[in-house]
Amino acid sequence: MKRARVAYSGAIHEAAPAGADAIRLDDGRVVGEADVVWLPPFEAGTVIALGLNYADHAKELAFKAQDEPLVFLKGPGSLIGHRGATRRPADATFMHYECELAVVIGKPARRVARADAMAHVAGYTIANDYAIRDYLENWYRPNLRVKSRDGATALGPWLVDAADVAAPPQLALRTFVNGRQTQSGNTRDLVFDIAFLIEYLSAFMTLAPGDVILTGTPEGVIDVGVGDEVVCEIEGLGRLVNRIAGDEEFGRGGTASARGEKRESA
Amino acid sequence: MSSPRIEVAPFRLSGTVYSTLLNHRHSLASLGEAVSSKPYQGAPKNVVLAVKPRPALLAAGGEILVDDESQELEVGATLGLVIGTTACAVASTDALGHVAGFVVACDCTLPRTSHYRPQIRAMARDASFVLGADVVARERAGDPDSLSIRVFVDGELVRSTSTSDQVRSAARLIADISDFMTLRPGDVVLTGSAPDGARVRAGAAIAIEIESVGRLETRVAVADARTSP
Repeated sequence: MKRARVAYSGAIHEAAPAGADAIRLDDGRVVGEADVVWLPPFEAGTVIALGLNYADHAKELAFKAQDEPLVFLKGPGSLIGHRGATRRPADATFMHYECELAVVIGKPARRVARADAMAHVAGYTIANDYAIRDYLENWYRPNLRVKSRDGATALGPWLVDAADVAAPPQLALRTFVNGRQTQSGNTRDLVFDIAFLIEYLSAFMTLAPGDVILTGTPEGVIDVGVGDEVVCEIEGLGRLVNRIAGDEEFGRGGTASARGEKRESA
Repeated sequence: MSSPRIEVAPFRLSGTVYSTLLNHRHSLASLGEAVSSKPYQGAPKNVVLAVKPRPALLAAGGEILVDDESQELEVGATLGLVIGTTACAVASTDALGHVAGFVVACDCTLPRTSHYRPQIRAMARDASFVLGADVVARERAGDPDSLSIRVFVDGELVRSTSTSDQVRSAARLIADISDFMTLRPGDVVLTGSAPDGARVRAGAAIAIEIESVGRLETRVAVADARTSP
């Protein structure tokens, strides 16, 4: 089963697919998929993300694969849904998408053994975990300024039940920028697989329903600019669409009057 | 276990706790020349933060947990800024206006020898972090950048520092964070602890006092080995 959370006509609804370009709301209405506001498909708890978890991407960034996973946490304000816009600051010279398989926890996991780990997975969705490389520094890298930016982690469109995906997931993953394919990989190539990550994390941090693990991205990240459409696609999970927006749209930069501010004095 | 009492808006801890790292002027000094060598290659330019996940947080009165009798934790004693109104891209001159009040925090981590990677295994442990019972209104506590912080273990004063030793002031922190990440009412920003915090093991009684803000007391205990059903 695929479920989404959308806002439509003044309320938030659960929704399911209804043909190519339509969705069915929980109140029975069938509406165009472009006519709703897509939210992340579940109420997210702790947002856990992996770095360098595909051997080819680690190589691309000139890193040796590690013996312990590179894990960091993000704040909740980083999340947005399908068809959202992510801000590219004017001073950035290298901002890239990262198409990732997102694993959603379904029941509490504390000190779970690898063999039992997959039973704690509720389902999967797609994540686009943007990074701005200009802001990388070598202290607690990657720091939150790179990875926990407002609206820079898109999730969706659907939460797909774990029962509908063979475990471990072996799903083709692709990113398209303005229609051109720029990234491709397969989730079978994770350095640390999902069962390992649940065992590793739950050994010191209890996982709760709604917690989400973004499992990392393969090679093929390129700079994206204002106005670009970025589509992250994972086989069987759908297509997550995002648009890059400029500072002006977010009231940054430009003149005070462009930001709608009152002038205090002449 | 009692919940923190909050005497000012937003009245409950509904948000996210962010801890500031390397914000004490001795943090980098204690690393010496390593700061300019690999892997760091220079002092951090921007604010360095970590998210504290919910299971790490204990209510006042809760016990910090270690895995066994031999495990040692480092005590991070820090001031917490409780956000009262939404702060997005605020100037440092306006930043403190978004802070509702202050709270004492005890942030226990596994001792770290490297600051290169996020190391959540050391810093996001279940039951590793306590907030004091009271949030004191900003207007009552005064200047957040000149408060003494004292740490006691088993009744003995073991560390003494001050928020005046911080690299970024409270206002600067709020401004720098809100430039990329909107802070919301109920969020808490820990301004950061001094390096080389006191080491504690199971059985230790920890007390942290921050001038004008209050006193927090907690103990260290061994976690039971339960797993999920």
